[in-house]
Amino acid sequence: MIIAIPKETAPGEHRVAATPESVRRLRDLGFSVAVERGAGEAASFPDDAYVEAGAEVCKDAAHCLKDAGLVLKVQSPSEEEMALIPEGATLIAFLKPAQNEELLQKLADRKINALAVESIPRISRAQKMDALSSMANIAGYRAVIEAAHNFGRFFTGQITAAGKIPPAKVLVIGAGVAGLSAIGTAKSMGAIVRAFDTRAEVREQVESMGAEFLTVEIEEEGSGTGGYAKEMSKEFIEAEMALFREQAKDADIVITTALIPGKPAPKLWLADMVDSMKEGSVVVDLAAEMGGNCDYTVADERVTESGVTIIGYTNLPSRAATQSSSLYATNLTHLLTDLTPEKDGNIAINFEDEAIRGATVVRDGEITWPPPAPKVSAQPKPAPKKEVVPEVKEEAAPKKKSALSIALFWLVAGGLILWLGRVAPPDFVSHFTVFVLAIFVGWQVIWNVTHALHTPLMSVTNAISGIVIVGALLQVGATGSALVTLLAFVAVLVASINIFGGFFVTYRMLKMFRR
Amino acid sequence: MNGMIAMAYLFSAVMFILSLGGLSSHETARRGNVYGMVGMAVAIVATIAGITAGAYWMVAIAMTVGAVIGLYLARRVAMTQMPQMVALLHSFVGLAAVLIGWGGFLDPRLSLTGAEHIVHNTEIYLGVFIGAITLTGSLVAFGKLQGLISGKPLMLPARHWLNLAAVIACIVLGGLFIPADLNAGTVINLLVMTSIALLLGIHLIAAIGGADMPVVISMLNSYSGWAAAATGFMLSNDLLIVVGALVGSSGAILSYIMCRGMNRSFVSVILGGFGSDGGEVAEGEIEGEAQATNFDELAADLEQANSVIIVPGFGMAVAHAQQAVSDLTDRLRKMGKTVRFGIHPVAGRLPGHMNVLLAEANVPYDIVLEMEEINDDFPDTDMVLVIGANDTVNPDAVEKPGSPIAGMPVLEVWKAGKVVVLKRSMASGYAGVANPLFYKDNSRMLFGDAKDSLQSVLGKLGNSSKSPSAREAVA
Repeated sequence: MIIAIPKETAPGEHRVAATPESVRRLRDLGFSVAVERGAGEAASFPDDAYVEAGAEVCKDAAHCLKDAGLVLKVQSPSEEEMALIPEGATLIAFLKPAQNEELLQKLADRKINALAVESIPRISRAQKMDALSSMANIAGYRAVIEAAHNFGRFFTGQITAAGKIPPAKVLVIGAGVAGLSAIGTAKSMGAIVRAFDTRAEVREQVESMGAEFLTVEIEEEGSGTGGYAKEMSKEFIEAEMALFREQAKDADIVITTALIPGKPAPKLWLADMVDSMKEGSVVVDLAAEMGGNCDYTVADERVTESGVTIIGYTNLPSRAATQSSSLYATNLTHLLTDLTPEKDGNIAINFEDEAIRGATVVRDGEITWPPPAPKVSAQPKPAPKKEVVPEVKEEAAPKKKSALSIALFWLVAGGLILWLGRVAPPDFVSHFTVFVLAIFVGWQVIWNVTHALHTPLMSVTNAISGIVIVGALLQVGATGSALVTLLAFVAVLVASINIFGGFFVTYRMLKMFRR
Repeated sequence: MNGMIAMAYLFSAVMFILSLGGLSSHETARRGNVYGMVGMAVAIVATIAGITAGAYWMVAIAMTVGAVIGLYLARRVAMTQMPQMVALLHSFVGLAAVLIGWGGFLDPRLSLTGAEHIVHNTEIYLGVFIGAITLTGSLVAFGKLQGLISGKPLMLPARHWLNLAAVIACIVLGGLFIPADLNAGTVINLLVMTSIALLLGIHLIAAIGGADMPVVISMLNSYSGWAAAATGFMLSNDLLIVVGALVGSSGAILSYIMCRGMNRSFVSVILGGFGSDGGEVAEGEIEGEAQATNFDELAADLEQANSVIIVPGFGMAVAHAQQAVSDLTDRLRKMGKTVRFGIHPVAGRLPGHMNVLLAEANVPYDIVLEMEEINDDFPDTDMVLVIGANDTVNPDAVEKPGSPIAGMPVLEVWKAGKVVVLKRSMASGYAGVANPLFYKDNSRMLFGDAKDSLQSVLGKLGNSSKSPSAREAVA
């Protein structure tokens, strides 16, 4: 099967759906690849590199698409491109199925199978083909770069001979992939970063990127299914707005990334907030394509309102075309790996596969969108709210020995010792004294031994307990009894094994420890 | 002459105390070992010098043979086999104590009467009893650790009653033995008691599972000390008493530390029956699927991480992976990453076992940290590698009050950014408890032999350049 990679025709679109690297991997899957001349030029992938990777370079779109069984694109096809795609072929691109029913109908009429990469479900297994996340990552990065470009100051604070430079304050609204990426980028440029999200569970992620997490003091959980946020109640939005108004006076850069799937973007950064921002501040609206989070946003434009620059570029990923093309191409390669189980260059649109089912919007002339709801969420299941039963646990009181039992213990112990002193020979009493004192010395000394040296401790105490050799030495030959001498002889022997073995192995071990 | 010998013994005793004191830090540890050797040499020379009987040649032969065997063993033993070695050495102390006890009993020179006679006989009796238990107990522990006998606990029916009966029998025999004079009856008496004590030692340790061996070995260490102390009493020798008390309390403290590390009482460990070879898969009450990873991914993850903590367990010793771990550590440190080790108190089969293995592989000791020192650092760590550890990193111990291991202090690895567990299979640890760590979102499994896996990862490190795909969702 031939895969066609036409040059993107949409204005301002610099990305390409395959890179020389991905072409190689597609060929490994059994496909042949036809690339339109200049398709990768804007993303810094020259035609020669594609040829080297084994692709055929065609002189125009018509030649490229003529025999294609599979068409990989970034944007949805234009009217002209549509006409060139052969009937029965399969198209994979960002198709915006929710807003583009007309396009789906046309594809169905022409019997073109279509997979929309944005409707790949967000399940763990499909992360490798999640192009939306890849693009969002780049968009977040690029948003900060665009903001910095339009912002008249440094991001990082400095104290120089020419005066103090305050750090820029960046507010990121929506801590999804794009938001987190923006947080990380702004933070690494030295800005003070704050982030807002309705979903409480992203707090950790936000804080892990080094930003301060802002919340609203209202009990409401903003997580919808599929890892997206849902719309919030009126009270919540009011509290949120109050928070934003306060932040507007302080923030130098605002980056909004709030999207709710299938709905126009929520208006979060209202006209009065922009008006209250300082001169020279920048707002970057990543939701511009869906109507924008900011009142003043004009899609694909940079506008200035009351001294604040509002950036509504919708092609941020395309502005980092090399990076976004290579990520997108990799995502598509992963998708095709799943679509080509036999690795024979023939795709099978298998509806048993949840990821493929989700992505497929047109099959065999039939519109198959929207797909059934994904079964498994990438997020942990929202636990059914448990009744908070205050566990009345009998706090196990730390075993404090009562004064009485302590007194009793010493009374008994003292009595026993006194009795022993009365009946035992004086010799024993003095040995016993040594014994008890030695235990206490040992107790004090051993507690100081560091845990790491416990093994050497065991082997050295082992060697030291070989001191019983002294007892055996006293018996050898001294008693006049052959049996005792034999026993003592063996005892000297084994005790020597202990002494020499124990000390030597300790020495070996301690020699190894080095700083 | 006697005064000089006593002073020499005093000097030895001081040396031994300094020797143990020296082990409190790595810097003074080697000096401590030398103190021990000096103390021992002085004690032996003083004793031999004091012998009037002149059996020097016999002493020389016995000590030479013993030295050759001891040095041979010590030179040959691999660091992974230290637990066996220590257990074996314990049994020698036990054997020596038994022999000396018998020697003291059969010594024809003694003719004590009254209280002195009773005290002397009690000391002999105790010395032989403890020595015999230490002897066979250590041999069984050695067999289990060496794999000569199964690590599974031996569960005889009514085993507690058997032990109790054995102890009572010894007490009764002791009651008959202690006041009696030396004659044929008392010889048989002591002989029977010795046999019972030998069997008791076997049975006691056979009932304890392989993984409880750290406690068993330190307990036997303690016993060997008490046996030496009892011998000292019998011979009226203060040096033996001091050393016995030092070693005895040392072993007791180690057992206590080990038990605390497992949150189990000493009694429950000694009564045995808990540990096994491991491998019973616990009931599947944990939802979810463990996600496997591969060498490329792990190498890429390691390249991304700034701080890495490695948590080794007994599995590292089994796989002899310490050198590979060390190589990986070296490489990562050269790449400018912070690499540290977190050691659980009961990791391995001997207190401090992991430290010795890592030291053998040239891992600097100042990056090898104890559980308490490192546990708070996991949330700030990018990546944790768990190598052959299981129960010591089980979140259930903290999170599930009903779990069999609840309350046991564990290394809280799951709080790190990402955890990769190197393991042979999904089998549970010796506690027989399933480990929910494997199913956490941020953990990945790398199956296979730890040594081979680490070497493969090491090969990939530095030539992969995969960027992590963003996983979170768009708000």
